[in-house]
Amino acid sequence: MSDARTEILARIRGALGDVRDEAPRRIPRDYGRGGGLDQEALAGLLTDRVRDYAAEAERMSELDVGVAVRAGCLRLGIGRLLVAPGVPGAWWPAAAWEDETGAAAEEDERDVAIEEDGGAAEAEEDDGRPAAELDAVDGVLTGCALAIAETGTLVLDGRPPCGRRALTLVPDRHICVVRVEQIVERVPEAIAALAPRVAAGRVPVTFISGSSATSDIELERVEGVHGPRRLLVLIAG
Amino acid sequence: MNDPIAPPRSFPEAAHDALADDQLRRNLAHVTSTIRVKRAAAVAELPDWEALREAGRAIKTETMRHLDRHLVALERSVTAAGGVVHWARNAEEANRIVGGLIESHRTTEVVKAKSLTTEEIGLNEALAQRGIRAWETDLAQLIIQLSDDTPSHILVPAIHRNRAQIRDLFRAELPGAPADLPDDPSALAEAARLYLRELFLRARVGISGANFAVAETGTIAVVESEGNARMCTTLPEVLITVMGIEKVIPSWRDLEVYLQLLPRSSTAERMNPYTSLWTGVDPADGPREFHLVLLDHGRTTALADEVGRQALHCIRCSACLNVCPVYERTGGHAYGSTYPGPIGAIITPLLTDLHEGATLPYASSLCGACYEVCPVKIDIPRVLVHLRGRVVREGAHREPGEQAAMGALARLFEHPRAFAAAQRIGALLTAPLRRRGRRITRLPGPLRGWTQGRDLPPPQPSFRDWWRRER
Amino acid sequence: MRVSLFVTCLGDTLFPDTARATVTLLERLGVEVNFPAAQTCCGQMHINTGYGHEAQSLVRHFVETFAGCEVIVAPSASCVATVRTEYPRLAAETGDPALQSAVAEIVPRTCELTELLVDRLAVTDVGAVFPHTVTYHPTCHSLRTLELGDRPLALLRAVRGLELRELPRAAECCGFGGTFAVKNADTSLAIGADKVRAILDSGAEYCVAVDSSCLMHIGGVLDRRHERPRTIHLAELLAHTGATG
Repeated sequence: MSDARTEILARIRGALGDVRDEAPRRIPRDYGRGGGLDQEALAGLLTDRVRDYAAEAERMSELDVGVAVRAGCLRLGIGRLLVAPGVPGAWWPAAAWEDETGAAAEEDERDVAIEEDGGAAEAEEDDGRPAAELDAVDGVLTGCALAIAETGTLVLDGRPPCGRRALTLVPDRHICVVRVEQIVERVPEAIAALAPRVAAGRVPVTFISGSSATSDIELERVEGVHGPRRLLVLIAG
Repeated sequence: MNDPIAPPRSFPEAAHDALADDQLRRNLAHVTSTIRVKRAAAVAELPDWEALREAGRAIKTETMRHLDRHLVALERSVTAAGGVVHWARNAEEANRIVGGLIESHRTTEVVKAKSLTTEEIGLNEALAQRGIRAWETDLAQLIIQLSDDTPSHILVPAIHRNRAQIRDLFRAELPGAPADLPDDPSALAEAARLYLRELFLRARVGISGANFAVAETGTIAVVESEGNARMCTTLPEVLITVMGIEKVIPSWRDLEVYLQLLPRSSTAERMNPYTSLWTGVDPADGPREFHLVLLDHGRTTALADEVGRQALHCIRCSACLNVCPVYERTGGHAYGSTYPGPIGAIITPLLTDLHEGATLPYASSLCGACYEVCPVKIDIPRVLVHLRGRVVREGAHREPGEQAAMGALARLFEHPRAFAAAQRIGALLTAPLRRRGRRITRLPGPLRGWTQGRDLPPPQPSFRDWWRRER
Repeated sequence: MRVSLFVTCLGDTLFPDTARATVTLLERLGVEVNFPAAQTCCGQMHINTGYGHEAQSLVRHFVETFAGCEVIVAPSASCVATVRTEYPRLAAETGDPALQSAVAEIVPRTCELTELLVDRLAVTDVGAVFPHTVTYHPTCHSLRTLELGDRPLALLRAVRGLELRELPRAAECCGFGGTFAVKNADTSLAIGADKVRAILDSGAEYCVAVDSSCLMHIGGVLDRRHERPRTIHLAELLAHTGATG
C-alpha cells in the first residue's frame, strides 16, 4: 500500500497525461508597476489611501515625529506605549519641552518629562512578553519595512523596527511611522522589495491596510474586530 | 454526518424551497447588488485589470500543468524553513492527521481561522468526535457554528441571517454575552471580540487554511479582514494549515498578481485589512511548530478533466456569486455544498467525479456574467456545458424521458420534411386557440415547467410554408 | 448583396412574423434574400443541454444546408453565437477533417442581423417608423458572446418616432437559459419576474431584443400577468415603415 504522498503525486501525473510538452510557458506580465510618481506624490497618495480605510494619516518632517507620536498617544488614549525594537530614539514620544532647535529630549529625561506631563505615554521597548500581557498594553509604536501608496498598505516584516507580529495585533492601538523613502507605488514593487528578505531570512510579512473590519452582519461594515481598532500612520520625511 | 460537498437534494428541489424565503431573497439581493457595484468601482480603478486577469489565468494554468513539480518544491521549501508537510488523499486522512497532531499536544481546544477547505472535509465534526472543540473565530463562521447552520455565501457566510437573529443567537449561545445585548452590528462584533480574545490568548493550537502557498519560498499567504486569522496563525504554539493542493503557486513574484486580483474581486477593496505571509517557523516570532497538510480530496479527479480542470484555478473571491442571477435568488444553501454559486456548480461535480451534484451544472442560465468577473478567467459557462455533456454521457443524472425526447428531436431536425410535417401538425392542433386569439397556458409532461408561470404563443403556419407558397 | 436567411427552428415554428419581417427589412435595403429550405436547427439546445454528440449531426446538416452561401444571416444572437463559438469545437471533436474545414469556412460567413446591417451594409437608418416607447433588453448572447455593443441601439436611435427608455439593470439575464427555463422553471421565473419588473419600471410599451427565445420567455411572463408591455423582435420593429402600420 503506497503512502499518501506517492499516491497523490502519481494521481497528478496520471491526470496530466494530455500535457505533453514539459517546457514552461511564458507568463504574460503586461500589468503595470509604479514608477511615475515622485516621493512627494507617493506620500500624498499613501496619506489619502490610508484615510480611505478608516485609519489616520499625518504627513510631517522627520524632526516632528516624536511630537506627533506623543500627540497621537494622547489623542488615541495610549497610556502605556510599547515600542518595537529598532525604532529610532527620535520617534519615541517627545517630551513636552524641547530645546529651541526642536531636538527631542534625551532618553532618560524623556520618561521623566512624560510622567510629569500627566496622562501621556509611558513608553518602553517590547521585551517579548507573552501575548496575554500584550493585551494589557494600550498601544504600540513601530516602523515598517515599506508602504504601498496605491492601496494604503503598511508592510511589516517582523524585523526591527516592525516589531514581532503579536505586537501589532493584540494591543488596540497602533502608531506606525513610514519614512517617505520606504513608499512604493504599487504591489509588484513591494513584492519585489520583499523577495530577498523572504528568500534569505524567511521573515514573517504582514500587510496592514486600515483597521480590521467585518461586513458579516447584514453587510454593514464594523471597524476593529480583532486587530487594532485605531491605526495612526505618520508619514515622515 | 452529511458530506459537506454532497448536495442532499437536487438543485431544482432545493431551489424551490429557497425561492419561497422572502427574507433570504431580500438579504441576497441587497448583498449581491451592493458588492457588485463596489467591485466594479474597485476594478475600474486599475487600467491594467485585464492584464492582471490574464497573468492570473496563465500562472494558474501553468501551475496545474506541472502541479506535481510545484508541490514537491513546496514541500522542500516548507521543510527547509522548519515546517512539517503532511499529505492527505481524502477527508478522512486529513482529519486523522489534524486530530492526531492536536492530540499529541494534549489539548482539546483549538482556534480556527476561516477555511472553506476545512469545511469541505468536515474537520470540525471529525475533531468533535475525538473530543476536540474547534472554535470558529471568523465572525460569520462563529455565527454559523453557534446556530448549527451551514454557510450560504463564500465571503459573507451568515448573510442569510439578520441582526436580530444574530443578537438572539449571541444572547443564548455566546459565553459572556450580556443579556441586554443590542442588535446593532458594532455591539454584536464587540461581544464576539471580547469572547474570542480570551480564546485566542489561551489556545495552544491554531488551524488555518491557505489562500496561496509559494513553492519557491515555502511561504503561506492568508488574506482576511477581521484579524482572527492573524490571531490563529501568530499566537498559538502550534499552527496547522490545511490546504487544497491546487493552492500552490510557483514563485514569490506571483503573489503580486493575486494580491491585486483577490481583494478587489472579493471585498471590493484596494487591499483587504490584513494579509499574513509566513514561511515555516520563525524562532523569534509566532508558532514554534508549523504543519502543512496538503489535501487531495478529489482535486486530482478534477485535474484529470481537461476542460474542467480550470475550476481548480479558483481563488475563492466569490465575485461570480455576486453577479449570478441564479445565486441571487436561490442563495447558497440551494447548492447543497460548501461551494455555492457558479464555481460551486462546477467544482462540486468535478471533485466528486459527478457522483455528487450532478444537477448543479444545470443550475445556470449560461448568461456568462460569472466569466466576465472571474479574476482568473475561468470559463465557467464552458465548463458547465461540458459537465452537462458528461452528466448525459456518464448517466450521472437521468431526467425521465429526456434522452429519448432529445434523440427524437435531433432526428426531426436532421430531416427537413419530417420537421415541416411536425410543424404543420402542431399548427393544426393549436388552430382553435389561434382562431380565438388565445395562448397556450398548459403544456404536458416535462414542458409543464414552462407554463408554470408563462404563456406560450400557439404555433402559426411556419415560415417555410409561407415562403414556399408566396415566394 | 445576396444573403441566405437562417430563420432558426424557433423563428420558423413560433415566430414566423420575425422571419418575414427580416425578409421585408432586408429587401427594402436592396438585399437579395434566399431561404435554403433544408434548414432546421443549429443545435444550440442539444449542445447546451449536454447532448453534444446528438448535435454533431445537426452541425453537419447546417453546414450542408448553407454550403456555398456567401453570407448567412440570422435574426438570432444565440444561434449565431452557437455557430461561431461551438461549431469549431464540435467539429474538432468529431475528428472529421472535412467537417472541420467546412465549419471553418462557414463561420466567418455567418452573422447576426445587426452585424449585417451595421457592419456589412454600413447602415443604421433603415427607414423605420415606430412611434412608441421602447426599451431594449440586451440578451446575454448578444452582450457577452457576440458583443454586439451599440449596434442594436444605433439602429433603434434612427427609428422615427421611437422613444427609447432605459431599462434598469439591463445587462442582467432574463432567466430564459434554454432548457433551464423548463428544468429549473422556478428559478427561471424568479429571474424573469425581475426582468419584467424592470420593463414595467421603464414605462415602455414595447420591449425589444435580438433573440426570440428571450422574448418568448419575457413575453410569456408579461402575458401570464396580463401586463401592458408587448415584446417585439428588433427585425419586426425595424420592418415597420408606417406605410402599412
